[in-house]
Amino acid sequence: MCGFSGYFGSIRDGKALLERMTAAIAHRGPDEHGIFVAPDAGLGHVRLSIVGLGDGQQPMSDASGELTIAFNGEIFNYVELREELRARGRRFQTSSDTEVILHLYDEMGEDCVSVLNGDFAFAIWDARRRRMMLARDRMGVRPLFHTMHGGTLYFASEVKALLAVPGISAEIDPIALDQIFTLWAPIAPRTPFRNILELEPGHLMIADQRGVTTRSYWQPQFPDHHQASTYSDESGAAEELRALLTDATRIRMRADVPVGAYLSGGLDSSIVSALAAGMTSQGLRTFSVTFDSAEHDESAFQLEMAAALGTEHSAVACRAGDIAKVFPEVIRFTERPIIRTAPAPLYQLSRLVREAGLKVVLTGEGADEVFAGYDIFKEARVRRFCGRQPGSRIRPHLFRKLYPYLPGLKQQSPEYLAAFFGAGDEPLDDPLFSHRPRLKGTAATKLFFSGDLRAELKDYEAADELIGRLPQDFGRWHPLHQAQYLESRFLLPGYILSSQGDRMAMAHGVEGRFPFLDHRLVEFAAKLPPAIKLKGLVEKHILREATKDLLPPTIGRRVKQPYRAPDSHSFSGPGELDYVRDAMSEDAIASRGLFNEKAVAKLYEKCQARPASGFRDNAAFVGILSTQLWLQTFTGTSIGKAEAA
Amino acid sequence: MTETIKDRVKTFIIENFLFGDASYELADAASLIENDIIDSTGVLELVAFIEDQFGIAMADTDIVPQNLDSLSAIVAFVEAKAAVPVTA
Repeated sequence: MCGFSGYFGSIRDGKALLERMTAAIAHRGPDEHGIFVAPDAGLGHVRLSIVGLGDGQQPMSDASGELTIAFNGEIFNYVELREELRARGRRFQTSSDTEVILHLYDEMGEDCVSVLNGDFAFAIWDARRRRMMLARDRMGVRPLFHTMHGGTLYFASEVKALLAVPGISAEIDPIALDQIFTLWAPIAPRTPFRNILELEPGHLMIADQRGVTTRSYWQPQFPDHHQASTYSDESGAAEELRALLTDATRIRMRADVPVGAYLSGGLDSSIVSALAAGMTSQGLRTFSVTFDSAEHDESAFQLEMAAALGTEHSAVACRAGDIAKVFPEVIRFTERPIIRTAPAPLYQLSRLVREAGLKVVLTGEGADEVFAGYDIFKEARVRRFCGRQPGSRIRPHLFRKLYPYLPGLKQQSPEYLAAFFGAGDEPLDDPLFSHRPRLKGTAATKLFFSGDLRAELKDYEAADELIGRLPQDFGRWHPLHQAQYLESRFLLPGYILSSQGDRMAMAHGVEGRFPFLDHRLVEFAAKLPPAIKLKGLVEKHILREATKDLLPPTIGRRVKQPYRAPDSHSFSGPGELDYVRDAMSEDAIASRGLFNEKAVAKLYEKCQARPASGFRDNAAFVGILSTQLWLQTFTGTSIGKAEAA
Repeated sequence: MTETIKDRVKTFIIENFLFGDASYELADAASLIENDIIDSTGVLELVAFIEDQFGIAMADTDIVPQNLDSLSAIVAFVEAKAAVPVTA
């Protein structure tokens, strides 16, 4: 796990430029750094040493000196791949996974990505063909951003490295802002930075004298709705799942440094920790976050699980005010506005891991997408159930079961429940059916957009763009699979794996590894019948079946509690920090022109007076504050002193 | 009286849910949910407002869209409940 930057094109003093670019992402690789410069191409690398500690320095060239790679991530099946390459007569100079990619590229060209099982982003300079290849892993665990400037292609693990290039500056993309305030994240390849793109998950890019081409090499695929599943036998499916998950965890334990695990107390991280604990002879270290507020805290389950596994457990307390303290740093690392504060405790958590002397942690992330764990899947099922009998006073009662932790819903009548979830009057064949309430509820935050911004966006509809990005086969999939695709292809890489994942972990030089996102497991789960993933309203049924011997019953039977953190409440109260007041002041809001300063002033007042406001108010508050911080951090202008646009 | 109730409710909605955006054309019959003006927490804020301002005790069975999902529905509901006269 590391970071890299580079360029393809003719520039002056490439070495000095690469030094600046890599310095901007030094946090990703505190152990070593290296620079490679060729005519018309350059690569820079910062290294977090995990595999091949003594001989894995990068950028790394092959024996011919014609292929050079800068690589961020891990190839978990590198041991098997190396053996296969050796059997074909290939000779290795190092023990690293990096060299394996070079050999595979030499044999297969860009198709080498098809045999890699890992979380990766890399750039290979091919001097023979005078071309640069960029690639990113299937699920989007590792980041890769790029931009064209002055005829040169620049790329890097984080945008801040691109901003080190003379002439490239940060300017917010209003459409990306609209997408964040509707979908929680920009639709890749768009980023919040105008003219700076990300390479989409499962994509590769070739840049040569003819230009730049990008193509998909992998994406989630589901069977046709009416096609009989090959996994009709539940016990057989559970057995295969267990074998795949065990192997996915096993190869993610490969490292020349100790591997720990995040333990939230929920089902997924408990399963991963249990599997990992059984694979290490040195004892597993586990890490978690605790909260003051009972509605967010899961420490009882964390301690129960840690005790059951005998792990050495450490927790960091996220107390009132802690989120506000780290939030500006969080935005510096997310590099995008966010509408929830949930990344902030994970920033604290990775710091705890680093202070404990670890660089690698396993997490349970991905299980909810792959095995249908999120409430949104259940919600869509209940909405369809209601939609089949519009006007029923009985059916909407089921909504209450979905969100026991949302006080606003408990007291509602069936009529209101049906109305809030759009149950009964929405077309069941809408491709975004599962996500409409979320999109609608989030888009309500755009109420705070300024008149100018609204005018600029008046013909734009983020949901329509999302529909336009769906694969051709989408309409033939089961509704649950459609919903899983939307989660896996957009929110997972755009928010969960980036703002809550890579960026928070790498802020402290920690690498997260995700057994549930092993592509073999993802492909297997996609073929499972929907009814054994979401059985009635029991989420991740088949996963529970496959792992029930691993966990105490109280954990194994736990209903999904979404990971959440206090939102606007974190920024109010007697200990309020000056930067919050400054960023949300009428002058600061007006000077940037993105939001309506009068409306924001009332929102600020409302959140101060009564912190427990609903989703829209919380999301708007966090979204506006993070946008203000984003502008301050990346456009280099102090809030409140910005020039009029 | 009707105008007073309507004005007060409308002001509350504009101030509390539209954050003072008086330019928003809030039609009397417009659905507050379909137009994304209130969410589930917002309904409870609205109930608290009606109880406080008009002296009405609302039963759970009163809290339905039919009574509360538009300006005109709220006004009709408050009137029908024979509200205690509003104090200035």
